[in-house]
Amino acid sequence: MTEHLPALQVVVPMLAAPVCVLLRRTQAVKVFAVLVAWSTLAIAGTLLATVLDSGTISYKMGGWAAPAGIEYRVTIANAYILVLVTSVASVVLPFGLGSAGSSVPQDRKYLLFAAFLLCISGLLGITITGDAFNVFVFLEVTSLSSYALVSMGHGRRALMAAYSYLILGTIGGTFILLGVGLMYQMTGTLNVVDLSERLPEVMASRTMIVAFGFMMVGLFIKLAVFPLHQWLPNAYTYAPSTVSAFLAATATKVSYYVLARVVFTIFGAAYVFGELGLDRILIPLSLAAMFGGSVAAIYQTNVKRLLAYSSIAQIGYMTLGLSFNSLDGLTGGLVHLFNHAMMKGGLFLVVACVTYRLNSSMVDDWRGLGRRMPITMAAFVVGGLSLIGVPTTVGFVSKWYLVSAAVQQDKLVVAGAILLSSLLAVVYVWKIIETVYFKAPPEGGDPVAEAPMSMLIPTWILIGATIYFGLHTALTAGVASKAAALLLSGVP
Amino acid sequence: MTGLLGLWHYWMIIALMMVGLYIVIARDNLVKKIMGLNIFQTSVILFYVALAKVEGGTAPIIPEGAEHVVYSNPLPHVLMLTAIVVGVATTALGLALCVRIQEAYGSNEEDEIVRMDVEGLARRGDRAESAPHADDVPPEEVPA
Amino acid sequence: MTPEFAIGLSVLLPVVGMLGVLLIGERNPDAREGVTLVTTVLTLGTVLQILPGVQAGEQPGLEVLEVLPGLVLAFEVEPLGMLFALVASGLWVVTSLYAIGYMRGHHEINQTRFFACFAAAISAALGIAYARNLFTLFVFYEILTFSTFPLVTHAGTEKAKKAGRTYLGILVFTSVVFLMFGIVWTANVAGTLEFAKGGILAGKISGWRLYVLLGLFAFGTGKAALMPFHRWLPAAMVAPTPVSALLHAVAVVKAGVFTVLKVVVYVFGIDLLADTGASQWLMAVAAFTILSSSLVALTKDNLKARLAYSTIGQLSYIVLGAAMATSAGVLGGGMHIAMHAVGKITLFFVAGAIMVGAHKSEISTMDGLGRRMPWTYSAYLIGSLSIIGLPPLGGSWSKWTLLMGAAEGEHWIYMVVLLISSLLAIGYLMPVFVRGFFLPEKHDDHHDDHHGDHHAEPHEPLLCVLPPVLTAVGCVLLFVYAENLYDMLAPIVAVKGG
Repeated sequence: MTEHLPALQVVVPMLAAPVCVLLRRTQAVKVFAVLVAWSTLAIAGTLLATVLDSGTISYKMGGWAAPAGIEYRVTIANAYILVLVTSVASVVLPFGLGSAGSSVPQDRKYLLFAAFLLCISGLLGITITGDAFNVFVFLEVTSLSSYALVSMGHGRRALMAAYSYLILGTIGGTFILLGVGLMYQMTGTLNVVDLSERLPEVMASRTMIVAFGFMMVGLFIKLAVFPLHQWLPNAYTYAPSTVSAFLAATATKVSYYVLARVVFTIFGAAYVFGELGLDRILIPLSLAAMFGGSVAAIYQTNVKRLLAYSSIAQIGYMTLGLSFNSLDGLTGGLVHLFNHAMMKGGLFLVVACVTYRLNSSMVDDWRGLGRRMPITMAAFVVGGLSLIGVPTTVGFVSKWYLVSAAVQQDKLVVAGAILLSSLLAVVYVWKIIETVYFKAPPEGGDPVAEAPMSMLIPTWILIGATIYFGLHTALTAGVASKAAALLLSGVP
Repeated sequence: MTGLLGLWHYWMIIALMMVGLYIVIARDNLVKKIMGLNIFQTSVILFYVALAKVEGGTAPIIPEGAEHVVYSNPLPHVLMLTAIVVGVATTALGLALCVRIQEAYGSNEEDEIVRMDVEGLARRGDRAESAPHADDVPPEEVPA
Repeated sequence: MTPEFAIGLSVLLPVVGMLGVLLIGERNPDAREGVTLVTTVLTLGTVLQILPGVQAGEQPGLEVLEVLPGLVLAFEVEPLGMLFALVASGLWVVTSLYAIGYMRGHHEINQTRFFACFAAAISAALGIAYARNLFTLFVFYEILTFSTFPLVTHAGTEKAKKAGRTYLGILVFTSVVFLMFGIVWTANVAGTLEFAKGGILAGKISGWRLYVLLGLFAFGTGKAALMPFHRWLPAAMVAPTPVSALLHAVAVVKAGVFTVLKVVVYVFGIDLLADTGASQWLMAVAAFTILSSSLVALTKDNLKARLAYSTIGQLSYIVLGAAMATSAGVLGGGMHIAMHAVGKITLFFVAGAIMVGAHKSEISTMDGLGRRMPWTYSAYLIGSLSIIGLPPLGGSWSKWTLLMGAAEGEHWIYMVVLLISSLLAIGYLMPVFVRGFFLPEKHDDHHDDHHGDHHAEPHEPLLCVLPPVLTAVGCVLLFVYAENLYDMLAPIVAVKGG
């Protein structure tokens, strides 16, 4: 049984999705889905433990050996991400989908859970697979289910948001497909390990540069790197809050992992940074994302949109870490991947708690909420402090690595820029804290109670994680650093 | 045979790709955008199929006892079956969204939809998750 | 009790006290105040347990947690830290007594939050005092900023909120953009963040980078109120006077200059700075801050504002001492931490007593008040003389040492600056006393306030008079025992082998 864990990681949620459709009754479906999510977490945890113990796991799908067959390859880098995705799913699912602002009628909620489970299986598939085309397939599985999830939001703007997301996302996916095709054309293989071995011979050809270009642009779209981030604000704003929490914490992170694999494993850092000079493009784009996203967030009147723009900025931090091409830099990017997932997931769940009671995510309607929903708002404060990067929170850990990486490469201006942009985070976090704690509640509103325990617990699990992992970093920074070392070494 | 004429199929693929992308960008009608997307995806499918063809190659079936058969590569075709399915699913999802958008906005033209959104925003702010407002179609009335 | 245990206990006790205060809340104010007082006394007692070890030359330490490889939360007490810990915990006892009198006399709101945040802030200050490395110091530095924020915005008025924004804005800005930058840079250049005698940067950094790094630390420590990042201090005066007294005359600002001293002595090393002259520019900035803040203080009619600007100047004395990169300069700066703390807190106590007793805050309305508040004003006199630097008060010794430090480094102009600032201090501090005693009282229309029957008689609560008198006595005692202080601090600059 245990030797089939890599396959089960993907197959279990995938098969669970149609079961949800068959089960129909919302309560039963919810319990079932939660159990499935927890089981994927158990599988991911086991895989991580095994990898940390005995090294990379290679699994032949269907018994067909690579490179002809599809290989599932679990290394430290993706085991880390598997654990992340499954943990977030395990925390968000019990929170309850659709209770916070979705337009799906009660008797149709099972469809929401089915889409969610498909999304999870897609994300896990992208992460675990060692075959380039398989990445595309799972990428599309994920994307399609997330388009559907986003469209379930309340109000008609969710539909347009999902539509734009669909158009842009499909273009991105197709670019990736094109890139994979070009790589296949030159090397004759789709297996990641094999590609990394065969590529050096054909590296110099123009086809490879084009392949790289297409893959990069496709991945940038999926990762919402400035200026290809247009789909993100609307998608996160108009999706149901729990869906935003889940997507913000997982979708872009997995795309980041694929980016790291393509850059470091398939093409190799020497080629990408040395000959092609990717850092010369990626560093300015990352800085633009960091500053542009943060500044845009400051001017938002809707909390979800504010958090969405903040996410764009945080993705900028991650890509910046990657573009340093150093151990500290990539560790910073990978650890920020985890940390941001905790922070943003938690913050979006806070929004979900509030919209459950208040029915609004406008900053103005949140006036005086500090008194009426103290535990929820305390979660927001802690998450906000983490975004700023106050020491003892996870945000600090990421910043530490990123600034260290910049200083090590004598890029002092970039180091200053990283710190300056975290100041911008202070401004937009402060804006909400001030409204919540220092303003009087709006006149004539209904009395608002604290969010129910079933919502507070998942929220505080994620937010509490931002403090816990800010102090005990062995599981995050420690693993991230090993993962980074592995990726940088180019060993597939 | 290389050069412009020898690579005519690639030129066609590029042309299709550009046509598809152009339609996505330039056309306002949401359904047409989906069609453009389809054309774009088709061009990539054709690209893979073009890869597969080996000069002088036959179908990839090796008859018994034959040696040194030159056959076209079946793998890209297989991959493209998957890609076609993905494309179909995407189109289906996109068109379903178009139907719902038509019901919610009364139009499938992007400029009109944007105009309606801007007006809505000006009137009552960016309420992403508030109670449905008058110009929204209440969810209960959306047919299954 | 072992020193190690005492270190941990002294940091935790205020937190326990805070929890006690929060639990009791408004239900039983007397019990709540009792918890506070007991906590202050216990904390001071625990801190005193560490003293003998430090005086004997040991450096007791306690490791808490390794957060990241190379980033360890750990404590280690050396003389400078011991001094700061004693000042903070000792003055906390006195200030708590005072705060009880003030908060009740002034009928303040939110007293629970006040006493709770106070305790948290003291815990953070002790954390800073004991920090073994830059990371620990930075962690508690930030905790101090955030725990004092509710104290600054205590009143909840628009002015208080605006002041809170300025306070948080400047302190967070400087600590994130400059201080953290400096810390990360140091970690990567020196390979470590642990404080070490003689510094950790020797030979590892030179040229313009050394200057920039020093600047990052100097301006990054916003709590040291070095210009142009000083505006938070006068803004924070909107807080109740006990807050101004302990936090903005003692804990917060002293944490700032303590950080500067620690960085100069244990990160850069006096020798590195003296040899390269990398801190010359810092001396100039400190001198400018001293002179301009003293001049501004002269123009302020609001007593607390005047004292705030005086504090800014006095803090730069310490920065100047550190920047001189001479042993006497550093020791003078260290001594001044204690001298200024005790002196300034006296002055703030008096300001608060006047506020509660006579409901006056502008100096021009305080004529003749001294005759009716003799004890308070006498304390004011003693505190002022200490700040000005005249014997037989403690401040004279720190000033003398600073002057010696300037002479040692042949910084004649800075000697002149120090002397001029004493004259300016006379100019802004003495008039309050003189007007209080020697001028006739102004009789303006006294509104009928809730102290109906005492409408002409200032009535200061006993708990607002006793503390300033105690701290004034402290100023005198510091003069007498200054040598002990000097001896305790001397090891930090002891040169290895001449």
